[in-house]
Amino acid sequence: MNLLDLVLFLPLLGFLTILILPKESSRMTAMLLSLAIFVLSLGLLSPFLADTLPAGYQFISNTSWIDSPAIRYHIGLDGLTLWLVLLSTLLTPIAVLISWNYIDHRVKEYFAFLMLLEFGVIGVFVSLDLFLFYVFWEVSLVPMYFLIGIWGHDRRIYAAVKFFLFTMAGSVLMLAAIIYLYNLTGTFDYVSIQQMIQSGALTFTPQTELLLFLAFFIAFAIKVPLFPLHTWLPDAHVEAPTAGSVMLASVMLKMGTYGLVRFCLTLFPNAAHESAPWIGGLAIIGIVYGALVALVQPNMKKLVAYSSVSHLGFVVLGIFSFNQQGLDGAVYQMLNHGISTGALFILVGYLYERRHSLEIAAYGGVATPAPNLSIIFLITTLASIGLPLLNNFVGEFLVLQGAAKANFTWTVFASLGVILSACYMLWLYQRTFYGKTSEAVAHHVPDLTTREWAAILPLVALMFWMGLYAQTFLPAISAQNTAILNQMQRNRVVNAATPAPQTPGVRNAR
Amino acid sequence: MLANFIPTTAEYLGIMPEIILTLAAVLIIFLEAAMKPGRKPMMQWIAVISLGFAIFHALHAPEGIAFQGMLAIDGMANFFRVLVMVAGLLVVFGSSDYLTRENADASEYYALVLFSIVGQCIMASANELIMMFIGLEISSIASYVLAGFLRDDPRNNESALKYFLLGSFATAFLLYGVAWIYGATGSTNLATIHTSLLSGDTGHASLVGIAAALIFVGLAFKLSAAPFQGWAPDVYQGAPAPVSGFMTVGPKAAAFAVLIRIFTLALGSMSDRWLPIFWGVALATMLVGNLAALWQTNIKRMLAYSSIAHAGYVLVAVAANSGTGSAAAMFYLAAYAFTNIGAFTIVAHFARKGEKYVAIEDLAGLSQKQPALAAMMTVFLLSLIGVPLTGGFFGKFYIFKAALDSNLVWLTVLGLLNSAIAAYYYLRILVVMYMKEPGESTDNLPVASPLLQVAIFGSAIMTLVLGILPGWVLDFATRASQ
Repeated sequence: MNLLDLVLFLPLLGFLTILILPKESSRMTAMLLSLAIFVLSLGLLSPFLADTLPAGYQFISNTSWIDSPAIRYHIGLDGLTLWLVLLSTLLTPIAVLISWNYIDHRVKEYFAFLMLLEFGVIGVFVSLDLFLFYVFWEVSLVPMYFLIGIWGHDRRIYAAVKFFLFTMAGSVLMLAAIIYLYNLTGTFDYVSIQQMIQSGALTFTPQTELLLFLAFFIAFAIKVPLFPLHTWLPDAHVEAPTAGSVMLASVMLKMGTYGLVRFCLTLFPNAAHESAPWIGGLAIIGIVYGALVALVQPNMKKLVAYSSVSHLGFVVLGIFSFNQQGLDGAVYQMLNHGISTGALFILVGYLYERRHSLEIAAYGGVATPAPNLSIIFLITTLASIGLPLLNNFVGEFLVLQGAAKANFTWTVFASLGVILSACYMLWLYQRTFYGKTSEAVAHHVPDLTTREWAAILPLVALMFWMGLYAQTFLPAISAQNTAILNQMQRNRVVNAATPAPQTPGVRNAR
Repeated sequence: MLANFIPTTAEYLGIMPEIILTLAAVLIIFLEAAMKPGRKPMMQWIAVISLGFAIFHALHAPEGIAFQGMLAIDGMANFFRVLVMVAGLLVVFGSSDYLTRENADASEYYALVLFSIVGQCIMASANELIMMFIGLEISSIASYVLAGFLRDDPRNNESALKYFLLGSFATAFLLYGVAWIYGATGSTNLATIHTSLLSGDTGHASLVGIAAALIFVGLAFKLSAAPFQGWAPDVYQGAPAPVSGFMTVGPKAAAFAVLIRIFTLALGSMSDRWLPIFWGVALATMLVGNLAALWQTNIKRMLAYSSIAHAGYVLVAVAANSGTGSAAAMFYLAAYAFTNIGAFTIVAHFARKGEKYVAIEDLAGLSQKQPALAAMMTVFLLSLIGVPLTGGFFGKFYIFKAALDSNLVWLTVLGLLNSAIAAYYYLRILVVMYMKEPGESTDNLPVASPLLQVAIFGSAIMTLVLGILPGWVLDFATRASQ
């Protein structure tokens, strides 16, 4: 039992504890437990803060879960997943805090589901066994389905069911591919499969590799979401309660991009290279399309949701540039998007709690009654646009640089997204916070409370920190990305050197 | 020579479960006639205790061919016998409240359940076509009566009559097929049929082909496989809810045991002929079940269509035609047994007198009135969808793993997409339970009695155990399939 096991299973314990304890104590239990988990998870940083970064996985647990077929409880942490786990553990207490008054009915179930969600997403990030990964992937679906469906807005049921079905449809194909890999190799273990490919013991025909790649890719692309598979996202975001939107945007979308980096690149490098032009194209369409649609939204939450489609397009573009800068930028952008879009959803939620409307037209002149709220909103807006000194700038810059190395045309079009993001975000800000203050706004929109400050300040601090001193975060990410790119390169060479056999199969394996 | 025909002790021990259950059922019928009406609760305990002993004996039965090759007491027989008996046990626990409420608290009910289980046990261990037929008849006739147990209820009568007429028709097909097999091979013993087919002295090959087709039709009816599934929704909807739960599990599992034995053992040498048909039927069954279930508003009818779809998944495992395929089918049937009996028990409890509340919408807001009951239903529904950490997930996983082992990539992909379609109609129940406000139907729902709770919680715990620690059941199934 190491620290990572503890961080993984405490949320599950929290889920059960909250269910057992009376509902008056649900809020406090969730708050204390999620804070404790966050503090514990900071301990995960220790090996990565050393002068020489550790190679390979840290905090490994590897025991048998089921003997036959060989399914193992194999978890570990590396420079890529470290930050994603910390992002999840940081956002959970914040999600609890912003739901404190917002959730007034069926409180117990709500906080229980939040903890279960944390369990699922941490599990996705730390699993090193494909089967275990799939289990967590599906488990994380259930609490989010309930969070949207029970505590959401008017069209919540439609949005919840759509969310579940989209993800499920994609993931069953991934399950088929995982089983297919098992039948070839006799193991679900990601590290072992990876080594088999590297040693040339496992080779695919180009056609098989492409099909396996697509099975994984589609599951991830739905989750990211990549254009044209994004249609569930605006519905889910708009209908979800604030904390649901935050967890969905900040953490759950990253499950998709994480999967692309971890599995699609290293296991199927040739297919990834072959499809990169198409995927890059879709990412760029997503960037521009998401931004254009965001521009014309009358509903702020929908605007932020479409801006997510645009931002996640950058991440995918960076990943499929296959170079250090692109990949570093993509991973950094995953974290940035988690922080700044999470903050945007929180702030939109604050406005909604005051005015009970998400329509931009219902606001105007908010800066007068609520100056602090407007300042925070402004910082977050600027971060989201990618203003230098704030976090998104670093990520977007690296992505564009990486993309330029891979294909300069990509950069030209992707830059459009940066410009457009300034248009829709600043316009949103102008319409909401400036102008004439109406009676309703003046009366119903007070400034931030202490609890609200407490929830948003950590994120604002991180925006500055990640923008000013990326050195804290980037070395671990870069080291891991170098390893991934090396693996990818080696696996390509191996595949090119050994002509693929007529039927895919294992040689010298086991 | 005569000495050879006297059964040994081991042979008697092998069929001890059947002997115990038959004696218990007969005892119940005698006591029912002899005893005063007030003492009736005892009967149900007779059933429970006898099932307990029978399960114990099935787990410790000496393996081997018994009674001159009539029965094969092997791992597969024991697996299926334990499966149907455990299912029967849960049904007995889940029925008593229902029967009292419907003023039908007659002990014959338990006797019939036991007889039905005896038939299924014989089907599971039969090594010979005539024994299979006898087992099938014992099981079916008891089920026909059970389907119409509330004799004043017109829906029960409809259900029983439909089941009886169509079931007899299907049995006739089966028997006709047995006759053709005998004509072609000169035997009804599965092992002999197998060797005689291998040696090739069976006359014209199409004779055996026709025989196989006839037997398949008879069994496909019992499995509610498309295109012979038409009876299932009406029968399961009309029958008393606990009986529907039992009928979707026990007789189906036994019919699958027979199917696996006949087709993979006796007719294994001509698998290239029947496999394509199995693939097609499996796909059609999944599609018909899932697509029809999408439109249902009655929860019993929806679960009936869902049980058709699940038979389709199990057929995929059988169509994989391998040891892992058979093991996957067995594991799936076990997981499905707990899941479905649990779901039907909740439906029976919720329906109340006269099965008044069986619309899906009636479950509105259950999670707010009785959170524990709603949580149990959620476990069952997630297992039916196939979400990880439930038995249903591992069942699907093993089935599609076996199918991919046999290179059935297209069937796997279509089957998995089917399970994604299916998620929609199960989610509808979750939506109603958790996301709608409670109405009159949930307001006055009494708390489940302790016996019901045993059935519901027992099923839920087993569903979760099979989803978290599936190893031991899978080992049992894997040993059984060899």
